[in-house]
Amino acid sequence: MNRPSSKLFVRTELIPAKTPPLSEIGVAKWVRENLFSNTLNSILTILSFFLIYWLLAQILPWMTQGVWEAGSLNECRKIRESLGESTNVACWAVINERWNQLLFGFYPPESYWRPILALILFSFAISPVLFISVRKELYLLTFTSPFLCYWLLWGNTVWGPVSAAFSFLLGILLFQQISRSKLSILSVPITFVFVVLYWWFLLTPVAEQLDSFIPISLTYIPSKEFGGFMLALIIGITGIILSLPIGILLALGRQSKLLIINKICVFFIEIIRGVPLIVWLFTASLLLNYFLPPGTNFDLMLRVVIMVTLFASAYMAEVIRGGLAALPVGQHEGSSSLGLNYWQSMRLIILPQALKISIPGIVNTFIGLFKDTTLVVFIGLLDPIGLSNAIRATTDWNGIYWELFIFIGLLFFVCCFSMSRYSQFLERRLQTEHR
Amino acid sequence: MSQASQESTVNDKNMTAFGEPIIQIQKMNKWFGQFHVLKEIDLEVITGERIVICGPSGSGKSTLIRCINRLEEHQEGQIVVDGIELTSDLKHIEQVRREVGMVFQHFNLFPHLTVLENCALAPIWVRKQPKAEAEATAMSYLERVKIPDQALKYPGQLSGGQQQRVAIARSLCMQPRIMLFDEPTSALDPEMIKEVLDVMIELADTGMTMLVVTHEMGFARTVANRVIFMDEGQIIEQNEPEEFFNNPQSDRTKLFLSQILQH
Repeated sequence: MNRPSSKLFVRTELIPAKTPPLSEIGVAKWVRENLFSNTLNSILTILSFFLIYWLLAQILPWMTQGVWEAGSLNECRKIRESLGESTNVACWAVINERWNQLLFGFYPPESYWRPILALILFSFAISPVLFISVRKELYLLTFTSPFLCYWLLWGNTVWGPVSAAFSFLLGILLFQQISRSKLSILSVPITFVFVVLYWWFLLTPVAEQLDSFIPISLTYIPSKEFGGFMLALIIGITGIILSLPIGILLALGRQSKLLIINKICVFFIEIIRGVPLIVWLFTASLLLNYFLPPGTNFDLMLRVVIMVTLFASAYMAEVIRGGLAALPVGQHEGSSSLGLNYWQSMRLIILPQALKISIPGIVNTFIGLFKDTTLVVFIGLLDPIGLSNAIRATTDWNGIYWELFIFIGLLFFVCCFSMSRYSQFLERRLQTEHR
Repeated sequence: MSQASQESTVNDKNMTAFGEPIIQIQKMNKWFGQFHVLKEIDLEVITGERIVICGPSGSGKSTLIRCINRLEEHQEGQIVVDGIELTSDLKHIEQVRREVGMVFQHFNLFPHLTVLENCALAPIWVRKQPKAEAEATAMSYLERVKIPDQALKYPGQLSGGQQQRVAIARSLCMQPRIMLFDEPTSALDPEMIKEVLDVMIELADTGMTMLVVTHEMGFARTVANRVIFMDEGQIIEQNEPEEFFNNPQSDRTKLFLSQILQH
């Protein structure tokens, strides 16, 4: 008969905290909880270990003992046979011999330094953006690097990209001037028209004039010589960088109360999203030629970049719209009540939060876009897959599959996995709720 | 003759603080779709007045003060705030919002910015103040609401009461002429209500024009010059607090007061 006592109880001394028992901390606890928590779990753990061991025992020797020095698949086979009757090892010799093609396509080997330098330059240029640096001078390189990279990759006179950069600089100055004047509502269209007119009429003459004064140029390398992983990187990175801002504008447009803008954005997003990328790529490569005036030389690679970018922006717009919709309406009200106008409130309050929420989706779209660049093989661009087909078509390497695809797969995996890791880093860094 | 001017003659102790009418609402009507939320609202607020608006939920009191800074659009009638008429003209709306601060039930702080950044943001971007100056002002207001030590934390790390005090400081940083409070204590735990009300009382002592939607009748008694009772989208009764609580005229008011004051 243990009834709760109604006697007065007062605690005079508080119980101090003690350390937990050993079985509750460290490795022992982890192993017990995660691997051997009950009989079934223990059996599954042991079975899984055996399975992993068996798989690795098959694959690792094949990979690590592979043949690196051989001129053709037949040579590889002979070396393999000499190693023993049942040995089955990889023939990495194909990578050893053709890696430059897989990476650079038919880009002239004496100019390999140019894409490599462009990549290094780009990595430096992008780092202040990726790691949100506050030092403004670092962003100078970020803004000049697209033009420098273009010049390094395609060559020709340096004044072409300089003239292009100049047009944007003028555009920005013009925009600032108009925004301060009475015509501020028209600042965006006027700037846009100005830049277009500049590109139409002044871009080449300005570049030619400058070039005749100070000729600085690199050997011109036409787009059809670009290929391999370099091509995938160029299309992928350009698409990624351009699709984010376009996607943001489309998402804002889709949320807009202005009927025309709203409908245009909805139409664009649904049309682009509703048709497979491969169809758009064929459109870019075949159909556009019918619509463009005869004699226009509109670079196929440029057309593909535009298509891939538009395709990714439609997806991006929907991902960001999800982020925008997830924000409580109070954030809009809070910023409006302080007197912030639409663009200020978007830039300072709404988008930073909406983009943060959308990071997983955005990076997902980036990764998708990057892998989709392999589809350009169908319209005759020599991406890594296209080159692997070309390599297998030679008599030397006819019949080799695994080694090439593993190499290509590894290249893509490294890039995509880094993006995924980066997104997790960014999410942690932007976490402000429970710090 | 408007109620407000009668009021100002009644309230002798505050005569000196009063001046020109700062908010004029005439024959204002608002609908949400088919639903007629605000009916024929006439209201004049004089500089320095402190008005408490109460009423059952759904009576349109929040909607009314949200119309004053155009978070809600009215369809009929006229609202003039500080000499500027609220129309669909964005310039006018932005001008009014600069002069009207608002405090929300759910604070609506910006969770991705620190407390200090929350406060300094609008002065920097809207008033174009230099950053250092805006931050100094922000710090002084954070001191006034007694949380300068939290300036570098994020809103998510503060308690509800602290967040609401930051929200008040954030509005004050714009140095508004009018402050609107939309149920500022309704989302707070009981022990935090007092710290927020204390800040609001202090603000009232500075002579700020305040419109407060609240159920805190104690606050209404001590601070308000005028209490407005709303029901079904209409102003049912308005009076000075003493009279309003001790001698309510309409049956609806009596019923409402008996329901909220019985504890």
